[in-house]
Amino acid sequence: MITAALAGNPNSGKTTLFNALTGANQRVGNWPGVTVDKKEGWVKKDRSLRIIDLPGIYSLSPYTLEEVISRDFLLDEKPDVVINLVDASNIERNLYLTTQILDMGIPTVIALNMMDVVRKAGDRIDTKKLSQSLGCPVVEISALKGEGLEDLLREAAAAAGQKKAPFERRFSAPVEQALEKIGALIAGAVPEERRRWYSIKFFEQDAKAAEKTGLAPEALGAIDKIIKEGEKALDDASASIITGESYDYITGITSACIKKSRKGLSASDKIDRVVTNKWLALPIFAAVMIFVYYISVTTIGAIVTDFTNDTLFGSWIMEPLAGWFEEIGTAGWLASLIVDGIIGGVGAVLGFVPQMLVLFLMLSLLEDVGYMARVAFIMDRIFRRFGLSGKTFIPLLISSGCGVPGVMASRTIESERDRRLTVMTTCFVPCGAKTPIVAMIAGAVFGGVWWVAPSAYFVGLGAVIISGLILKKTRPFAGKAAPFVMELPSYHVPAMGNVLRSMGERGWSFIKRAGTIILMASIVVWFFSSFGFVPAEDGGGTSFAMVEEMDESMLAVAGTKVAVIFRPLGFGFWQATVASIMGLVAKEEVVGVFGVLFGVEGDALGLVEDGDFGALSPIAAPFTMLTAYSFLVFNLLCAPCFAAMGAIRREMNSGKWTAFAISYMCVLAYAAALMFYQFGILIAGAGFSLGSVVAIAVLALIIWLLVKPAWTEKKAAAPLAAEAAR
Amino acid sequence: MGNLRQVEVGSTVKVVKINGEGALKRRIMDMGITKGCEIFVRKSAPLGDPLEVQVRGYELSVRKADAELIEVE
Repeated sequence: MITAALAGNPNSGKTTLFNALTGANQRVGNWPGVTVDKKEGWVKKDRSLRIIDLPGIYSLSPYTLEEVISRDFLLDEKPDVVINLVDASNIERNLYLTTQILDMGIPTVIALNMMDVVRKAGDRIDTKKLSQSLGCPVVEISALKGEGLEDLLREAAAAAGQKKAPFERRFSAPVEQALEKIGALIAGAVPEERRRWYSIKFFEQDAKAAEKTGLAPEALGAIDKIIKEGEKALDDASASIITGESYDYITGITSACIKKSRKGLSASDKIDRVVTNKWLALPIFAAVMIFVYYISVTTIGAIVTDFTNDTLFGSWIMEPLAGWFEEIGTAGWLASLIVDGIIGGVGAVLGFVPQMLVLFLMLSLLEDVGYMARVAFIMDRIFRRFGLSGKTFIPLLISSGCGVPGVMASRTIESERDRRLTVMTTCFVPCGAKTPIVAMIAGAVFGGVWWVAPSAYFVGLGAVIISGLILKKTRPFAGKAAPFVMELPSYHVPAMGNVLRSMGERGWSFIKRAGTIILMASIVVWFFSSFGFVPAEDGGGTSFAMVEEMDESMLAVAGTKVAVIFRPLGFGFWQATVASIMGLVAKEEVVGVFGVLFGVEGDALGLVEDGDFGALSPIAAPFTMLTAYSFLVFNLLCAPCFAAMGAIRREMNSGKWTAFAISYMCVLAYAAALMFYQFGILIAGAGFSLGSVVAIAVLALIIWLLVKPAWTEKKAAAPLAAEAAR
Repeated sequence: MGNLRQVEVGSTVKVVKINGEGALKRRIMDMGITKGCEIFVRKSAPLGDPLEVQVRGYELSVRKADAELIEVE
């Protein structure tokens, strides 16, 4: 079996090539411990050729996660051959990665993609000459049309495992001298075929590569001196010297191999002139976003979600099944477990899928067309203040419809740090299922005043902003912001195959990895809310049985005990606690549960939707305006529904991060509701109390978190020399 | 002489030096902005920041704060 690593720049058509080579024979997973997708597949016609799709990268520097993953794979897993995809229409920058791969001494075949674009522009590339200059085979392909793939595979198989002649590129004299001296110092500590590569890495002061060798501090000190000499001779930092000379080397090659025709603006340039035009950019952006939202949330999304939830699972499956169970005399608890617990839980998972597929289709389209990078370009100015990426706009927007696809939409953010921060904050935006809670509070307690609903959005957005500002300074997030030096790829017609495949992959990964958590949680809550200790029928003692009404359930008993922790927030009665817990199943449940627990005549959710707040007055009874709003704040910000938690778990790809995210939301919700209620009663003249002290302390803590300096890792910034001296 | 931030939209400049250090500087250079290369400043984003520049035949977006690190002539 031959293992080939597929490496290339983002936007070079790597996904298209990977799909064209492997077809359906692929597996999507994660690189261990991180949120980066790992794809591997087998060549359709030749199953002995395995292909690992490395993340799209521009360089093998030690700074970004994707780059480190890729180079660790190339160094440690030792693939037999590297297929390096090069976008011929953007050849200079693409060849930069090529030089770094060639330095590693692994047999490499270059797949020169998008030659049709080059020809169309009237340019010519001499591939033979290019192959000679780089010392490796170059195959012209079109990943989109599937052309040249057989040649590519033949070359790859031929090159695999061969002892490759060392890459013949020479740096300037001072660098070569330094590399030679370093090479002599590290001989023996590194594999011989990697000596050149390690020499270059040491010269670049690449701490990650140096770590791998475990070289003695004395040797590191000597190397440091050699670097200093080189830097002095060329008057630049060593890493910059290497990068600069790499590009000079590439320019030398391209000027010999490429004939440019100097035609006018390309079609992509013309599109961009309009789309990110000073005046038109924002209106076009708004139109695109409204369209995406309208299709994936308001219309198609809502229709298919309602259909799967209410009609498919509700009327078509659950009701007939319940009736049938009754007919054949199944035990009540078993019927309830299957219908309400399991099918209800499965429905909660699958109900989101159609909407998600629609959204993913939209996002994949935006990505494939090239507009997603423009979203980041346009929104960057606003979002970077809060430590977020411009692309965070889309998850936030979608979350105002539903947090589940909102969380999943964070996929499009490249930097893991930004992605995690987005996943943690996006559920603060009030979703569609939270609006009935808002409407209930506004209608039943506040008499329908207009400002409650908009204020809920301000609370949500405020939480996003404050969280961004606070979290970006904390240890897991500080200082790791990926530099925003972003390629704006050429616009192109989307490859529908890619778009559909990406949609399918994302949908499936939600079912698979978010599904289990949602199903389990739904069953657990079903159990605790359906069973309880009730007076035994023969009159003596109690027995454990299924309960008629929720107020006899274990959940209600536990709720009564737990309710006390909500007393400082003003709603320390058990019904509010139980409703909040049931809200984890689905947020609109809060309204339904209140209806049941306070004995509202009819379906509370339906009454809210109809605006019939008179009938809801029993719900309003235990609340004052202050406690009701405090309850609202808590429920807007606390842990989202199980489906969203499942989505968070899937996107974080880590139990620890998921727990951290959910705990953070709960703590923030508690703190916000506490401050709101305590300052509220203080202003209303209730007098200074312990609660006020705590609220002031919480406020002070938040202000401190907002203004404190960011957490810095001094060690990370220290150069190699300091490391060696220690 | 000056830095990339000060360059007028629509003009082409030549890179003299890249200041800064660590990941940011490396990233700027990895993307092809190296000593001696030409940069065409295409436009600034609708909200004023970042900039869109053309370098080595492709479009790149750079924040103004980062553009200050790039000395040009």
